[in-house]
Amino acid sequence: MRYVYLAKSDLDALIQHLKKSHRVIAPVKKENLFILAEVQGAGEIALKYIPTILPPKKYFFPPVEKLGSFKMGDEKMNSVNMETQPTVLFGLHTCDIDGIECLETVFHYHPADPYYKKRRKSLVLIGYECMFPCDEYATCVTMDTHNPKAGYDIMITDAGDKYIIHMNSEIGEKLIGTCLAVSRTGNDADIKFELRRLREEKIKKFKTILDTEYTEIHDLFKQSYKAPAWKDVGKRCVSCGNCTTVCPTCYCFDIQDEVELNMETGERKRIWDSCQLEEFATVAGGENFREERSERQRHRYYRKFCYSIDKYNKFFCTGCGRCTRACVADIKLYETLNQLKKETNNV
Amino acid sequence: MCSADRINPLSELVAVDPLYSPMEGTILKTKQMTAHEKFFEIRLEGGKELGHLPGQFVIFSLFGIGEAPISVSSSPTKKDKSTFEVVTRKVGVFTAAMHKLEPGDKIGVRGPFGRPFPIDDLKGNDLLFVAGGLGIVPLRSLIQFVMDKRRDFGEVTILLGCREPKDRLFTNEIEEWGRMTDINYACTVDRADPEWKGNVGVITTLIPGVDIDLKRTYAVVVGPPIMYKFVIAELLKKGLSGDQIVISLERRMKCGLGKCGHCQINGKYTCQDGPTFIYSELKTLEEAL
Repeated sequence: MRYVYLAKSDLDALIQHLKKSHRVIAPVKKENLFILAEVQGAGEIALKYIPTILPPKKYFFPPVEKLGSFKMGDEKMNSVNMETQPTVLFGLHTCDIDGIECLETVFHYHPADPYYKKRRKSLVLIGYECMFPCDEYATCVTMDTHNPKAGYDIMITDAGDKYIIHMNSEIGEKLIGTCLAVSRTGNDADIKFELRRLREEKIKKFKTILDTEYTEIHDLFKQSYKAPAWKDVGKRCVSCGNCTTVCPTCYCFDIQDEVELNMETGERKRIWDSCQLEEFATVAGGENFREERSERQRHRYYRKFCYSIDKYNKFFCTGCGRCTRACVADIKLYETLNQLKKETNNV
Repeated sequence: MCSADRINPLSELVAVDPLYSPMEGTILKTKQMTAHEKFFEIRLEGGKELGHLPGQFVIFSLFGIGEAPISVSSSPTKKDKSTFEVVTRKVGVFTAAMHKLEPGDKIGVRGPFGRPFPIDDLKGNDLLFVAGGLGIVPLRSLIQFVMDKRRDFGEVTILLGCREPKDRLFTNEIEEWGRMTDINYACTVDRADPEWKGNVGVITTLIPGVDIDLKRTYAVVVGPPIMYKFVIAELLKKGLSGDQIVISLERRMKCGLGKCGHCQINGKYTCQDGPTFIYSELKTLEEAL
């Protein structure tokens, strides 16, 4: 059995069960927004939430990662002791699970990243299916990330009076298999049918705000490199880097040395960086290969919708809408894409 | 700071072998070549061969200062395989620190990285090397390679350009090669000094006068970003096709592993897909030149 039921009143029992072996991280309300934070019980969890300020990537690829430690004057780096602990990321939206899939692709791509792999091993992903659109900025339906597909250990779907739980991995089955709160009264075929019916109903509540179909996006970008839209976006952008920080699939980084005050030892670190910052592509001689804001914004969009398809055959936009929500200059991803569509139609 | 950093009774410490760990290199020889450029000969720990091919680069490391990508300037065909050579220009914090190093000092080395020059394609053909400024540094690796395997290649022409006569690098070496085997060599400077008796003008002025067999010539061009457009236009005018022009591009390679994003040219990572490119590959890479 890979599908079971859970009574809504038993959600806390499930959390307490998970807590026996894992730290549980879940969406929590913070002022009028949401963050991912450690919880002690179901009461703290905000199950109905718009995407958290930062995506779950910080648990896979932290803002600062120690690569190794060194003694000044040495040439070789000592290996680092990384602290990991069994952690459940609970209540992830399907768009964020797709974002994690993107990180999986990048960090497992040769040469595979040992830091990422070690962290990944300690993480269990429990999704919570969106039955309603989160707000007017998400483009998940066009990006086809609004339904659970893969990449999770357990998926929870609200089926009205109860939850449906789908176990999608060995660890998922182990965790649910030992949970006394779940009910094994259904059979897989019936529950799968029930899920299909729920998804047919839910899609009626979602609107698509992009004028381009999923299958057309890559072609749109192949034709849009010189589109006027980039100038418009460039004029508004202030190069703050918010869009890349909150993006679930942005992974660019800088490598920096941090020396202790004793000037004898230090650590080499990998730190989140942003292609939107002015000096990102500047070489030591002073040449900046992406000097204009319009070029940097275009680069960000192309990394999401074009280059990633060419290299990994995968869109690196999950449609979560975070870049739009976080933009201080009111640059909206769906507006940019719709403008590109208009401009290529006019050519 | 994410909560993953907090200590928890469930947590465990796992050792991670550092992916970015440098090898230990020892500086054997240095030479101040010009006011800004310094030559280094480096030996890896235990005399281990670097294992590079012409066109590749290494990432040097000095703890507390950081890392910098630098082209290898010697050929793997060099007699003493236990060392390799580089030339760096003092332009930033890292190279300023590196220039203080002298024989006996140590430096961290990662690599080699990147796609080398397409040596198999070049074999059996005539070669036209065009080097502007520091471009001779990575190109020297290939020129030495060709000189060491001279019978595998046809006619060799070297065009060298730099700002002023005092900026010239490896000119004695090039003249020496010219004495050992037949190569055509021309040099030009943007601005002459009183002693200069050679050509004056940008490097493109040398190209029309070069006698090449269009059917069997590859041009290999390395120089500052501004140079490529003009030199390539001149080579195309001469009749070479985009498939016959090889270049090497400079970008800010940080990780060398195709991840960090700094060296990206459109969808390509210079550290893995480059730094050498065939000109015809760049048609879809608007950011390249």
